[in-house]
Amino acid sequence: MNDFVQLWVYLASTPLFGLTATLVVYVVASAVYERFARAPWANPVLWSVVILGILLLATHTAYPVYFAGAQFIHVLLGPAVVALAWPLWQRRAELRRRGVALTIAALVGGSSAAGASVALGWAIGLPGDVLRSLAPKSVTSPVAMGIAERIGGVPALAAVFAIVTGIVGALSAKYLFNSLRINSWAVRGFALGTTSHGIGAARALQVDAEAGAYAGIALGLQVLFASLLLPLAFLLF
Amino acid sequence: MNVLRGLAVLLVFQAIGETLAHALALPFPGPVIGMLLLIPALRVPRLCEPVKSAAEALLGHLSLLFIPVGVGVITHLDMISNYGARLLVVIVVSTWMGMAVTAVLLNILLRKATFSGTSE
Repeated sequence: MNDFVQLWVYLASTPLFGLTATLVVYVVASAVYERFARAPWANPVLWSVVILGILLLATHTAYPVYFAGAQFIHVLLGPAVVALAWPLWQRRAELRRRGVALTIAALVGGSSAAGASVALGWAIGLPGDVLRSLAPKSVTSPVAMGIAERIGGVPALAAVFAIVTGIVGALSAKYLFNSLRINSWAVRGFALGTTSHGIGAARALQVDAEAGAYAGIALGLQVLFASLLLPLAFLLF
Repeated sequence: MNVLRGLAVLLVFQAIGETLAHALALPFPGPVIGMLLLIPALRVPRLCEPVKSAAEALLGHLSLLFIPVGVGVITHLDMISNYGARLLVVIVVSTWMGMAVTAVLLNILLRKATFSGTSE
C-alpha cells in the first residue's frame, strides 16, 4: 500500500499525469457524448472539467502540478485561433456579401452580452474586479484573459467565466433558437459563436458544418471587436 | 505529414503575430494578428493545403483545448461558494440576451438583404 502511495505521488508530480488525465477523461467524455447522440447536456467540456476537478481535489493534487502536463494541450489554443483563418477563407465570397450584416450583428450582439453581464453583476453587488473579469466572457478564453488584465480584472477568473459562458451557450442554444424560431444554420451558428466563442463553435461544428463555419466567423469578430472596444468602454467609466 | 506542415505554418503565423503585437504595442492578441495575416496568404496553394489539414485537425477537437484552463475553476472555489449562484444567474441571463439579440438581428438583416435582391 505504501509503495502504491509513493508510486502515485511520483506519477502525479510528473507532467505525464496532467496530460494523460486530460486526454483520457476527454476521450471517455466524448464517447459518452456520441453515445447520447450529442445531447447538449452531455457536453464533453463540461463533464471533463467536472471529472478532472473532482479528481484533483480528491487526490489533493495542486492545480499547477496538473497544469504542468495539461499545458501541452493548452498551448494549442494559439495555433487553433490562427487556424480560424481556414473556415473564413473557405467562405470568403459569402462573407464579402454578408459582411455588413455580420459586422452589425456581431457588434450589437457582443455588446449586449457584455453590457448585460456587467449591468446585472453590478445590480446584484458583485465586486469591481469580478465585474471587470465578467465583461470579456464572450471572448475565447486565452483572449479574454488578456483583455481582463488590461481592464483591471483577474485573468484566471476571466478564463473561468469564459469557459462557463461557453458551456451555458452550448447547452442551451438549441432550445433558445427553437423557441425564437430561428431556423437558419448560419444564424444559429453565428449567434452561438458570438456569445459562446470556441466552446459554442465546437458545439456548432458538431451539429452542422455551416453553423460551425459561422460560429468560427463570429468568434473571430468578437476577438477583434472586444480587444479593441472593451478597454475603450472601461476607460469611459 | 500535411498536418505537421500545416501546424508549422500556423505556429509561424502566430509567432509573427506575437512579434508584431509586442513590437507595435497593438491591442490585438498575437494569434488574432496571425489569423488576419494568414487569410490573404491562403491564396498560395502550397500554404492552403497543409493549413486545411491542420485546421481541420485542431478545430475538430477544439473543445479539448479549453479543458486545462477550465479545470482552473478549482482554484476559485472560495469565490464560487460566495457568489456562485448569483454569478451563474448573471452569466446565463446575459448569455441568453446576447444570443437572442444576435440571432434575431442577423435573421432580420439577412432576410432584408434577400428581399431587396442585392445580395442573395
